Amino acid sequence: MIVKVQEEDFDVSAECAGMTESKGAGALVTFIGTVRDYSDASDILSLDIEHYPGMTEKELERVSREAAQQYDILDSLIIHRYGVLQPEDKIVLVAVWSRHRATAFDACRFLIDVLKSSAPFWKKEITPQGSRWVTDCPGCRAGSREGHSHAPHAAPHLLHSR
Amino acid sequence: MIHVKFFASVRERVGMAEMQLPCPPGDFSVEEVLTMVEGQAGTELRDVHLLASLNQQHVPFTAPVQDDDEVAFFPPVTGG
Repeated sequence: MIVKVQEEDFDVSAECAGMTESKGAGALVTFIGTVRDYSDASDILSLDIEHYPGMTEKELERVSREAAQQYDILDSLIIHRYGVLQPEDKIVLVAVWSRHRATAFDACRFLIDVLKSSAPFWKKEITPQGSRWVTDCPGCRAGSREGHSHAPHAAPHLLHSR
Repeated sequence: MIHVKFFASVRERVGMAEMQLPCPPGDFSVEEVLTMVEGQAGTELRDVHLLASLNQQHVPFTAPVQDDDEVAFFPPVTGG
């Protein structure tokens, strides 16, 4: 189980080849998140990703441990970048090794979904009209295949209530 | 002292990334820390979607705080 939080780009093949606990795996499932060049309101020139050093690593490690407890996986790797990224740049890699494909798919989906709602990263879109913070979107978090609006929402169980 | 950190839109709203606050007497929670922050920064934060962490773990606003703890306030996360 490896977690990396870094500014620099990564090579997916090289990173996956470096994993030592993946022996015996019949499946490797990877998810790569990339920077879109558009949002609902505007074109995106770049994306500035801020994070909470220290807590970010702890949260990603906690999520990885949770995946290992819930799914019969051999190993996992999460790499998440921060700083200024350009459209098509890689943001995040989630890789899961398991004996069979179903478990690897399920655990990979679990990791990216939980990561999106708990790891302390924040995206700011830089557009021709100026910059704006991306607000939490349940549709994106749920990985909705259908179109969905980007009205501001937040995880209800975590929100401050007055 | 209580070490307070702010991130993303909350950092911009407060106007600083970090703040040190004196430890008040008696029991107190993240909620009281937020009240002190609002007084120091002269801005209301409760009208925005706000999350908190204590010593780098997500917590509800009722979580008790002790001397030398690290408290952070930030908007809902948008990574991945």
